[in-house]
Amino acid sequence: MTGPPLKGQRLVALCLCGCLLFNFPLLSLFTGSESVWGIPLVYFYVFSAWAVIIALMALIIERKDS
Amino acid sequence: MLTGALIVALSFAYVGLLFAIAYYGDKRADAGRSIIANPYIYTLSLAVYCTSWTFYGSVGRAATSGIGFLPIYLGPTLMAALWWYVLLKLIRISKAHRITSIADFIASRYGKSHLLGGLVTIIAVLGIVPYIALQLKAISVSFSTMLQYPSTVATAPTASLPILQDNTFYIAMLLAAFTILFGTRHLDATERHEGLVAAIAFESVVKLVAFIAVGVFVTWGMFDGFADIFEKAIAKPELSALLLQGGAAGNYTTWASLTVLSMLAIILLPRQFQVAVVENVNERHLNKAIWLFPLYLFAINIFVLPIALGGLMHFPAGTVDADTFVLTLPMVEQKTWLALLAFVGGLSAATGMVIVETIALSTMVCNDLVMPILLRWRFLGLTERRDLSGLLLGIRRSAIVVVLVLGYGYFHLAGEAYALVSIGLISFTAVAQFAPAMIGGLYWKGGTRLGALCGLSAGFLIWLYSLLLPSFAKSGWLPITFLTEGILGIDLLKPQQLFGLSGLDDISHCLFWSMLANVGGYVGMSLWRKPTAAEHSQANLFVDVFRHVAPGSGSRFWRGSATVADLQLLLGRFIGPERANESFAAYARSQGISGVEQITANAVLVHYVESQIAGTIGSASARDMVASVVVEEPLALDEVMAIIDEASQALAYSRQLEQKSRELEAATNELRGANQRLQELDRLKDDFISTVTHELRTPLTSIRAFSEILSDNPQLDQGQRRKFLGIITRESERLTRLINQVLDLAKIESGAADWHPSEVDMREVLDDAVAALSQIYKERQIDLDLQLPAQLPLVMADRDRITQVVLNLLSNAANFCDKPRSQVGIALTQEPGALRVDITDNGIGISADDQAVIFEKFRQVSDTPAGKPRGSGLGLAISRQIIHHFGGRLWVESAPGLGSRFSFTLPLPQGGIVLPELAA
Repeated sequence: MTGPPLKGQRLVALCLCGCLLFNFPLLSLFTGSESVWGIPLVYFYVFSAWAVIIALMALIIERKDS
Repeated sequence: MLTGALIVALSFAYVGLLFAIAYYGDKRADAGRSIIANPYIYTLSLAVYCTSWTFYGSVGRAATSGIGFLPIYLGPTLMAALWWYVLLKLIRISKAHRITSIADFIASRYGKSHLLGGLVTIIAVLGIVPYIALQLKAISVSFSTMLQYPSTVATAPTASLPILQDNTFYIAMLLAAFTILFGTRHLDATERHEGLVAAIAFESVVKLVAFIAVGVFVTWGMFDGFADIFEKAIAKPELSALLLQGGAAGNYTTWASLTVLSMLAIILLPRQFQVAVVENVNERHLNKAIWLFPLYLFAINIFVLPIALGGLMHFPAGTVDADTFVLTLPMVEQKTWLALLAFVGGLSAATGMVIVETIALSTMVCNDLVMPILLRWRFLGLTERRDLSGLLLGIRRSAIVVVLVLGYGYFHLAGEAYALVSIGLISFTAVAQFAPAMIGGLYWKGGTRLGALCGLSAGFLIWLYSLLLPSFAKSGWLPITFLTEGILGIDLLKPQQLFGLSGLDDISHCLFWSMLANVGGYVGMSLWRKPTAAEHSQANLFVDVFRHVAPGSGSRFWRGSATVADLQLLLGRFIGPERANESFAAYARSQGISGVEQITANAVLVHYVESQIAGTIGSASARDMVASVVVEEPLALDEVMAIIDEASQALAYSRQLEQKSRELEAATNELRGANQRLQELDRLKDDFISTVTHELRTPLTSIRAFSEILSDNPQLDQGQRRKFLGIITRESERLTRLINQVLDLAKIESGAADWHPSEVDMREVLDDAVAALSQIYKERQIDLDLQLPAQLPLVMADRDRITQVVLNLLSNAANFCDKPRSQVGIALTQEPGALRVDITDNGIGISADDQAVIFEKFRQVSDTPAGKPRGSGLGLAISRQIIHHFGGRLWVESAPGLGSRFSFTLPLPQGGIVLPELAA
């Protein structure tokens, strides 16, 4: 784990970002009765945000920094 | 119809397969070809987080609270992003100090305290044993559900059976055997179990595959994809509320506290610490795990809702427990093999958790609870026993059996009681109590043993009072009035509305109060008193672990004396004499020493032995043991502080020192140079004074001599008298001239001379000089040849001074032209940027040695034919000063017998003025 310290900071920022996304009040914006492709909005939102965060984590970790 | 025998056989075959994998993993590890040394196995072993609570319980929770099951997995995802800092530091510290459990970590961090280690162990056991019971219950329920195949009617769990007829009991004992076999094969300072990890990773694959298989079957086999399930569910009024309002997600406080709890649990659960820290092979594996582990959680959660909704829609309300949907849905569709796969998946989720949790707890119980007590009981004579490794293994193995028996006993007693159903989150809240002492201990040097003890105790007591006891009350083991009226009927002490706080669910309520007390106690009491020396040194080793890279850096904080034999004997008692031998040999190699007999008993060795023992009996006991064979001189707090300051400032100091010494060296060189110049100047001054006085004495002597002759001999004739007076006059003139020149030179050198620069035409200067000396030249019959260019620019100079230079050079030339047909030539030429004057004679010439010195003061060409100098010896020195003053150069080219050429240049002003042609 001798990567540049920037990686660690990016991950912390991502964690904070996730804390916001998965909590009141942002979460409450998605509790309507709409649905996306038949899937209720709140489920769709949480799972998509989750997937995006994991993808970003992978990107941050695996990216070869110059 | 599945027979009980088949299911039992399948279960046992599955555990048998685990044995085989673990055995293979251990064999490979012994051969040095690890199968677990890669980030994927590491990630899969971390997935031991997903227990049967995930496998069965998530669906059950989703069936009642919709999305409310998710925070338990979102929290770890968020925490994984922080692993880069937190988990890496935990791993680094644990490897450096041979820490093998959370209890050991906290005990070691706060000055190797037995009391803290014991307290953490008790909290962990109390919090986790019911959690193990929950897994056994899941196995039991899945067992009895499968036995009903294909009927899905709920039946009584096997807990109601006599123990010896309960298959769950045998499974539990089989797990104990497995754990003992692969978890305590031998004592090792690192406490790593490769085979066991391999088996756990395999289990993680099985449970993921099984769950996704069921999910795919429900989503596309029973329904027509995700959209179909959700649309059908929304159409049902009793389900639409669950879906559209987000279920329990509507309560954001619960949501947030569950997220926080699971964030803490993912590093503080004993089993997570075991797989993530203790079993970590290489800290680089952490990198990939940071995103692979959340991906695993994501994958295992995608189908939770479809399965929950499918079950709710398929079974009439209340007929089937939602916790068993994963099993009952394939069953009711008559998918025998899928049902069996799901059963095995659930089994793997449960057994994986039980195995790792048991081993983690047994390490804690042995190292931080039993050993400290046994070692204290002197009448057992343990401190004198030669080989304790057998005893230690025995304690470990007993602890494993005891933990599993406790778990089974709890399950047998609690059965369907509320106390078991809700235990997952209650356990999470229990381990969350470690957070302030752990996380604080990682980053805050000020945390002390007293603070950790107070914080942990306070948090633990509140957890006990507001979460565990109420769960007992709800199970009917305590009077329910305890809940409704508070203890002794005091309203403010109602366990779940402590001090009147209401409106929170029981978990958030407990989390708030326990964390308030815990953090408050930890911080408050840490600040209450100064840390002791031991606390301070440990705090520094932990918090600054990335700075203390060298192994054995802890030995800086130790001073004392010991013998190598004593230490080896001591280590042998705990890990066996043979392994102790190997260990000492390894130490010798690491220190670059040829053999064990060459080892010296220094602080590094003592620290090494202590950390080796710490791996097997915990840091606090290890310290006591080592202290029993070495004579230790305790360090006072200020000494520890001094060592720390020394270490942290040494680098800065040495840099400053280097800088200073460089500066000093430069200054010294400068001084030396200045001194040399001063000495040179001093010498020159002495020379000058002695030369001047000598030069002054010569005319003075002759003046005095002739004056005395005149005075003593009044009868001298007129001719003689006039001759002597003439000599006195000439010598006086010479004296005056000499003094004038000395003064002149002194003025020029000191910069005090008067200069009157003006535009000078060099042709006029040379004409004037030649005119002034023409009489002397004529007398001596020297030809003078003057060559002037037709036109040339003016120079800026002091006309009189330049004339002085030319006169000096011309009279020198005349003085050194002794032979007949002497010729002196004067040439004025223009060079780029300067005018040049050459004065050439065909006199005796000057040797190379003399050329080097004639421009110095009082240095004259010594071997003049006349035998005595003819000038003051200052003329050329003054001339050179004058030419230098105007930015020019004065030099000589000569060879003995071939005459000399004195030349000087004067720089032209830029854009110099060109004079018109002079009349010839």
